[in-house]
Amino acid sequence: MALMDKHAIIERNATLLLIGSLLVVTVGGIVEIAPLFYLQNTIEKVEGMRPYTPLELAGRNIYVREGCYVCHSQMIRPFRDEVERYGHYSLAAESMYDHPFQWGSKRTGPDLARVGDRYSNEWHAQHMADPQSVVPESIMPSYAFLKTTPLAIKDLSAHLTANARVGVPYSQEMIDGAVEDAKTQSTPDSDTTAFDARYPKAKSGDFDGDPQALTEMDALIAYLQMLGTLVDFKTYDETGGDR
Amino acid sequence: MIFAFCGNALICTSFYVVQRTSRARLFGGDLAWFVFWGYQLFIVMAATGYLLGITESREYAEPEWYVDLWLTVVWVAYLIVFLGTIVKRKEPHIYVANWFYLSFIVTIAMLHIVNNLSMPVSFLGSKSYSAFSGVQDALTQWWYGHNAVGFFLTAGFLGMMYYFVPKQANRPVYSYRLSIIHFWALIFLYIWAGPHHLHFTALPDWAQTLGMVFSIMLWMPSWGGMINGLMTLSGAWDKLRTDPIIRMMVAAIAFYGMSTFEGPMMSIKSVNSLSHYTDWTIGHVHSGALGWNGLIAFAALYYMVPKLWARERLYSMRMVSWHFWLATLGIVVYAAVMWVAGIQQGLMWREHDEQGFLVYSFVESVAALHPYYLIRALGGALYLAGALVMAWNITMTILGYQRDEAPIGGSLPRCSLPNRSPIWP
Repeated sequence: MALMDKHAIIERNATLLLIGSLLVVTVGGIVEIAPLFYLQNTIEKVEGMRPYTPLELAGRNIYVREGCYVCHSQMIRPFRDEVERYGHYSLAAESMYDHPFQWGSKRTGPDLARVGDRYSNEWHAQHMADPQSVVPESIMPSYAFLKTTPLAIKDLSAHLTANARVGVPYSQEMIDGAVEDAKTQSTPDSDTTAFDARYPKAKSGDFDGDPQALTEMDALIAYLQMLGTLVDFKTYDETGGDR
Repeated sequence: MIFAFCGNALICTSFYVVQRTSRARLFGGDLAWFVFWGYQLFIVMAATGYLLGITESREYAEPEWYVDLWLTVVWVAYLIVFLGTIVKRKEPHIYVANWFYLSFIVTIAMLHIVNNLSMPVSFLGSKSYSAFSGVQDALTQWWYGHNAVGFFLTAGFLGMMYYFVPKQANRPVYSYRLSIIHFWALIFLYIWAGPHHLHFTALPDWAQTLGMVFSIMLWMPSWGGMINGLMTLSGAWDKLRTDPIIRMMVAAIAFYGMSTFEGPMMSIKSVNSLSHYTDWTIGHVHSGALGWNGLIAFAALYYMVPKLWARERLYSMRMVSWHFWLATLGIVVYAAVMWVAGIQQGLMWREHDEQGFLVYSFVESVAALHPYYLIRALGGALYLAGALVMAWNITMTILGYQRDEAPIGGSLPRCSLPNRSPIWP
């Protein structure tokens, strides 16, 4: 076959082989990934999405650090059983400020996409310290040390800046006030007027049962309690989310 | 497993193969040493990152930005050594194994750089934020993740197959044309299959379907490679009985064939709706990683070690046979129990009773998996035991011992044929 004989040209030339294979492997990625960045309907427009508060972001980083995503997904598929068990299926917009995404690929434990507001702060603190005390069959390890580890907050502004650089709409005001906002959100009975205006629907107060100290447990629970709560599905229009 | 074991196996065999099939020493002198030590340093930084919680949380790409930068430097050096050796070859043709190795090196470079684009918080801190978010981030990650499998664990290892199987069997590669077709088809199609990791998620439907269709098409070049490897043994099938190294290679190719059938099947959306998020995926991955990657790398080691240390033969062929059975049994136990566990888990999650209520709470599915996880540990222990037998065998070979043992039943007297034909090694 003549075409096959021509292959000898590539076989004798390392540069051709290199460029040829590089071109061939580039096509798929360009066709599949590039459109996601400009097609309007990739991410439906929904009300309620906002960037993470500094405390939630710190909690999210603990979630990543401890490898929670290895056992817990954050992506509810549109199946009857999943919607009944976890709530409304996840929307693309709900992870629009997630750098990186935390959808996960394995459910050793349940999905957490809508775990916010499902349990009390006390339940979470107890569950994290000793999971089997609230779910006897659980195989989750204890994360009691989070409650005694003070949260590092002084570089929160740098974290917000890095997020702003990759496209999260943090304003200069939010970046400058990051440390104050984290304190405000974790202190019971603080004046949250300005904070609430910056981060609507954010929950504030003490999270880990110890109002004196700002710990990693506070941050993680603050993060868990907001998961999946920003979009109000009573007003969400399904037909607009057609992908 | 993937980076420390498979990565080192790939660098080691690619340097071995490219020199012999090009009839040239490695290009760049001590640069190859830099690649070796640089890669080990990468492994140390990556592994300590796992323990210290320094992670980007991207599967198969957990290391943070500073480790990524270091790996990029090492990888470029690797490409220079490998490509330089090919350029100065004394053979007119570039041997097929080297096509696979070369495409693996350049594709991994491309995937690694794009997927790890991120913004560090500070120059002195380890934390960074991915350049992409949400949907785009997910697809970029799985475009990377699936092709880490496709090029790290498939294309590179096919290069291994194309050299060591013909050598050990002392037969030419079955079909030259098939190797051309399956090479180009494989590297073209693999890249598209990533979205099958994101079925029924918030990824747009068109991308999911495209990923599924290409995953199914990928079955063909995958099996093209399997057929080419297996049929290389035509005329030498008797060695399956007498040569445990050949047996290991055939089992590896068989596991490759099995997991490249299972993969496209699991990428079908209706199958995936059951299998996703469960241990079925874990079983699938391990039949590929332990069965295909592990066994073919072990076989390559058994082939190379006596040659590299100028020993007449391995310390013990019977121990190779033991390794083969321990490993094969271990994988079968491991994969089978994960299939059962995964399917049971998936079915329990979606079970409704007559009134339309969910039958099981989530934690009931966790408790139900307990026995399977115990059996899985047994399978893993068998596989590890086989590897320890290999470590002993290879150490003794390097030290120059030969075990006094009865030859393997049914074997013919060993004959040493000159096997240095330039095109078909």
